[in-house]
Amino acid sequence: MDALDDEKKNTSKGFGILFFIIGVIMSLIIGWIIFPKLLYSKKNQPIDFNHKLHMASVDNGCASCHFLRKDGSFSGSPKLSECIGCHSQVQGQDPEELKFVEQYVSKNREVPWLIYSKQPACVFFSHAAHIKGAKMDCVTCHGYIGESTSLKVYEQNRISGYSRDIWGKDISGILKKNSWDSMKMDDCAVCHESKSNKSAREKSVQTQKEGCFVCHK
Amino acid sequence: MSEASNHGASKMYGMVIDLDKCTGCGACMVACMAENNVPFKEDESDKLKSITWLRLYKLNNGKPFPDVQICYLPRPCMHCGGEGNHGHSPCVSVCPATATDYDLETGIVSQIYTRCFGCRYCMAACPYHARYFNWWDPVWPEGMERYLNPNVSVRMRGVVEKCSFCYHRYQIAKNNAYNNGSREVLEHEYQTACTQACPAGSITFGDLNNPKHEVYKLKQNKNAFRLLEKLKTNPKVYYISKLEWVRKLGDNYRS
Repeated sequence: MDALDDEKKNTSKGFGILFFIIGVIMSLIIGWIIFPKLLYSKKNQPIDFNHKLHMASVDNGCASCHFLRKDGSFSGSPKLSECIGCHSQVQGQDPEELKFVEQYVSKNREVPWLIYSKQPACVFFSHAAHIKGAKMDCVTCHGYIGESTSLKVYEQNRISGYSRDIWGKDISGILKKNSWDSMKMDDCAVCHESKSNKSAREKSVQTQKEGCFVCHK
Repeated sequence: MSEASNHGASKMYGMVIDLDKCTGCGACMVACMAENNVPFKEDESDKLKSITWLRLYKLNNGKPFPDVQICYLPRPCMHCGGEGNHGHSPCVSVCPATATDYDLETGIVSQIYTRCFGCRYCMAACPYHARYFNWWDPVWPEGMERYLNPNVSVRMRGVVEKCSFCYHRYQIAKNNAYNNGSREVLEHEYQTACTQACPAGSITFGDLNNPKHEVYKLKQNKNAFRLLEKLKTNPKVYYISKLEWVRKLGDNYRS
């Protein structure tokens, strides 16, 4: 009789552990795979722009279209007036170019580009300080976009409205390989807190690091 | 402090306000609110709930007519440096969230709205009532959100805000300086909105440490004083008045 009871206990215990493990695995799958997929909505850029093609025909690299204005502010994505010099008429066979000329150039409409690197409203970022002050190149933060032949899908966080490129693909933030994989505050801090960065000196009374108003507004 | 770095000597931005020139028109308040996206309500007369980064006070000498005298006093954030300017300002030292901070390079007390969780210790600590709490989310009249200043972030309910000496203008000036290959921001390149709006030229803004700046000379005026100097908060806003009763009120002395 006793032996039978023990056997019953053991099997119910075994089932408990099994269900526990299944539960853990299910929550991991939901948390790490399904939720991140649901969290971001996907949008295509209005025009699939070919960076590589354009890089071959300009002579000042990235700064040909993405330049610093005279007052030090950054121009960002080029406006229609900068494209119109070449694209007032259709140049080649590409259907994307045809779409661009027909829908935007001939109607004199600006292209509503989706900005992958758009930061929240409380962030002040100076391109001039990084390009001219710190002598950094574009690739350090933006990656090899200049060599791409098509634009990737723009993913927007449904809750915050920010681009996925801010938090990064990797939801845990552990597997970050390249500097351009994510660009949240901690990613800026990698340089701004480093001891080797001489311009990031101790200005804050609270943190003994850089002052908050350097990047916040 | 690593003073040997390539940033040059540290600055100490401050203001000198000549109260004898101030007419009390309130243009500085209007300019400040427009520049800094300060929210307003339908009834702005309730000063316990309204937000005014720069507030104009009306002082009088307490005497009956015909001896009564009036003085208007604009009050921005004083950007206190504490004794010896080491940044022991009343608000910074009590903030549990590191939301407000003293910048040793510019002497400006910063307020990071996304960091603030609204405990309001700083408001209790500030002897100048320069800090304000957002009891509600801002509501802009229809279409006005398109006229907001993109260089200043809009605050949500539940956070504290205050005058920043238009720090975003320093960021822009600095941006320009980087672009021109220098790192120094000139006096005219960084001016606050209230300074530029004052029709009487009563407000002067600049680096209190820089002998070339106007404020450096003005603060040495024999009639210059600061508010509540006895608290040793070491404010960076100086006032000038030839009227003795005004100077005495500045430090809460009763005549």
